[in-house]
Amino acid sequence: MKIFVCVKQVPDTETKIQLNSDGSSIETTNVKWVVNPYDEFAIEEALNLKTKNAGSTVTIVSMGPKSRVTDAVRTALAMGADDGIIINCEEEQDLFTTAKALADTIKAEGEASIIFAGKLAIDGNGAGLPQVMAEYLGLPHATVISTFEDQGGKYVVQRETESGSTKTYELTGPCVLSANKGLNTPRYASLPGIMKAKKKPIKDVEFSSLNIPSTFKKLTYSNLTLPPQKPSVKMIDGEAGAQANQLVDLLKNEAKVL
Amino acid sequence: MSNVLVFIEGANSELKNSTKELLSVAKSSGATVSAIALGPEAKAYADKAAHYGVSKTFICSDQQFENYNPDLFVPAVTDLIKQSGANIVLASSSSLGKDLFPRVAAKLDSGFVSDCTDVQINGDDVTVKKPLYAGKCSADVKFDNSAIKIVLMRANQLKISEADSSLSSEVVESNPQAPDLKTLIKDIVKSTSEKVDLTEANIIVAGGRGMKEAGHFKLLEELADVLGATVGASRAVCDAGWVPHSMQVGQTGKTVAPNLYIACGISGAIQHLAGMSSSKVIVAINNDPEAPIFQKSTYGIVGDLFDIVPKLTEEFKKVL
Repeated sequence: MKIFVCVKQVPDTETKIQLNSDGSSIETTNVKWVVNPYDEFAIEEALNLKTKNAGSTVTIVSMGPKSRVTDAVRTALAMGADDGIIINCEEEQDLFTTAKALADTIKAEGEASIIFAGKLAIDGNGAGLPQVMAEYLGLPHATVISTFEDQGGKYVVQRETESGSTKTYELTGPCVLSANKGLNTPRYASLPGIMKAKKKPIKDVEFSSLNIPSTFKKLTYSNLTLPPQKPSVKMIDGEAGAQANQLVDLLKNEAKVL
Repeated sequence: MSNVLVFIEGANSELKNSTKELLSVAKSSGATVSAIALGPEAKAYADKAAHYGVSKTFICSDQQFENYNPDLFVPAVTDLIKQSGANIVLASSSSLGKDLFPRVAAKLDSGFVSDCTDVQINGDDVTVKKPLYAGKCSADVKFDNSAIKIVLMRANQLKISEADSSLSSEVVESNPQAPDLKTLIKDIVKSTSEKVDLTEANIIVAGGRGMKEAGHFKLLEELADVLGATVGASRAVCDAGWVPHSMQVGQTGKTVAPNLYIACGISGAIQHLAGMSSSKVIVAINNDPEAPIFQKSTYGIVGDLFDIVPKLTEEFKKVL
C-alpha cells in the first residue's frame, strides 16, 4: 500500500501568542514549533496500517518554509515513516491553495491507497483541508474518525458527531481520512528511530513549480487582534454555604445568565 | 441585492438554536433569505424557518437524507446552492457543517470560513471574524475569488429574532438521483444523553484534575442537571481516561463559548484557557488562589470544590 500522511507544523499549545506590529500575523520569534497534535494520530494510524500490510510505505507530506518544517517531517520519520516530501513555501498560503498543492504533489507520486491527516490544525482551526483535498483528488472522505479498520480495500471508520453519537462509515479506497484524538496513542520517536530518520530521504518540491493558479486563493486574513482584557475577577469569600449562596445571587442578578 | 441561503439543522422537528441565529442575522442584513433543509423532517423545518422571514426553502425530504453521508450530501447541497442563486451561504460550524461545506466550497470553486464568531453582511460583501489558535487571537477574514461565500458560524454568537408564526414561505422539493456511493453508513449509535453538545451548550460545568477521580464527576453531573448544562473536562482528566475525549475543552479539544462556564478544579493551562475564555461569564472554583484560571474568571471561589459544588447545586435548585 502507498500510504500518505499530511503533516502541518504549528506553534506548540503552550505558546503565548503575540502579534507582529501591523497585525498581519503572529510574532514567531520565540515560538516552539511542533507537529500538529492531531497529525500525530494520523501518523500513528498510518504506521499501524503499514505494519499490517507488508511492503507498504508511509510518506509524509508537509508544506511550509523548508528550513523550519524539516523538523516536523524528521519527527514523523523518526516515528517510523519511510520518506518525506516538503513543499517549500516561505509565505503562508490559504487552505485551498495548500490543499491543491498537497493534492497535486501526492498525485504526482502515483496512486495513493489512503491519505491520512489530522482533523484540524490547531493554529488556523480550519478543519477543512482534508475534505477540500479529497475533492481535488476525487476521493471519498471521512473526518474526525475515532476508529479505523482495514477490510481489504474497504475501510470502516467511526465518526463522533454532536452529543456523543457515533456513525460508522464504510469507504471504498482510496480515500482521505482525518484523525480525531483518541484514534490511537501516538508512539514516541525512539533514539534509534531518530538516528535512522536522519538518513531517510526527503524530497523537495518548490511550491512555485506546482504552478497553482492564483484563483485557488479564497481567503485573506487581516487585522489580527488579541482577546479583550477581562475585567478583574470578583472573589467570593466566606464559608462554603455562604459562597454558594452569594455566587448564585450574582449569576442571577448581576451577570443575569440564569 | 444579496441573496443569503441558510443551511437548516434541526432535531425532533425543531430548528436548532444555532440555525435560528443564522436565520435572524440573514434577515436583519436586509437580504433576500432562502434556505435548504434535508431529510424526512425537511418540510417541518421549512415551515418553521418561514417564521424568521425565509421566502423560499429548497428541500430534499427523501428518507436517504435522514443521516449524514458526505457522498450523498455534497452533490445535493452543491446543486441546491446553485439552484438557489445565492451568493452567501450561512451554516452552523457543527460537526456536519464542518465536514460538508469545505468540500461543497471546493466544488463551487468558492471559499468557506469555519468557526466564525461574527459575520457582517453589507450587500454582496461579507467579512467574518474567526478565532485562531483556539482563541488566543482572532482575525478578520475576507473572501477572494469566490462567487459564493460560505460562512460557518459558531453557536451562541448571534441574537435570535422574534419568530412570527403567521409567516409562510414557498417550498421547492427536489429529489436528486442517488450518486454511485463510495461511502456507506453501516451503523448509527445515538447517544443516550439528552444533553446538547459542548459546542452548542448555553451553560457548561467542567472538571479538572482537582476532581481527583473519575467517580467524582457525578457531582458535576448533578450540578449540570439542575442548570440544564453540559459537562466538560480539561485535557489532563481526558488523557487520564476519567472521561471520554469528546468532553475535552481546549486547544486540542473543543472550543466553547457558552453564556456561563463553571470551572471546577481546573487550574487553567494556557491551552485550556484558549478553548473557553470567550465564554460570557466564567466561574472558577479552585483550592489554589494562585491558579491562572482566576485571571480569566468573572467570579472566583477559593475553596474545596467537594464542599462548594454540592452546596451550589442546592442553591441553584432554590432559584431555578
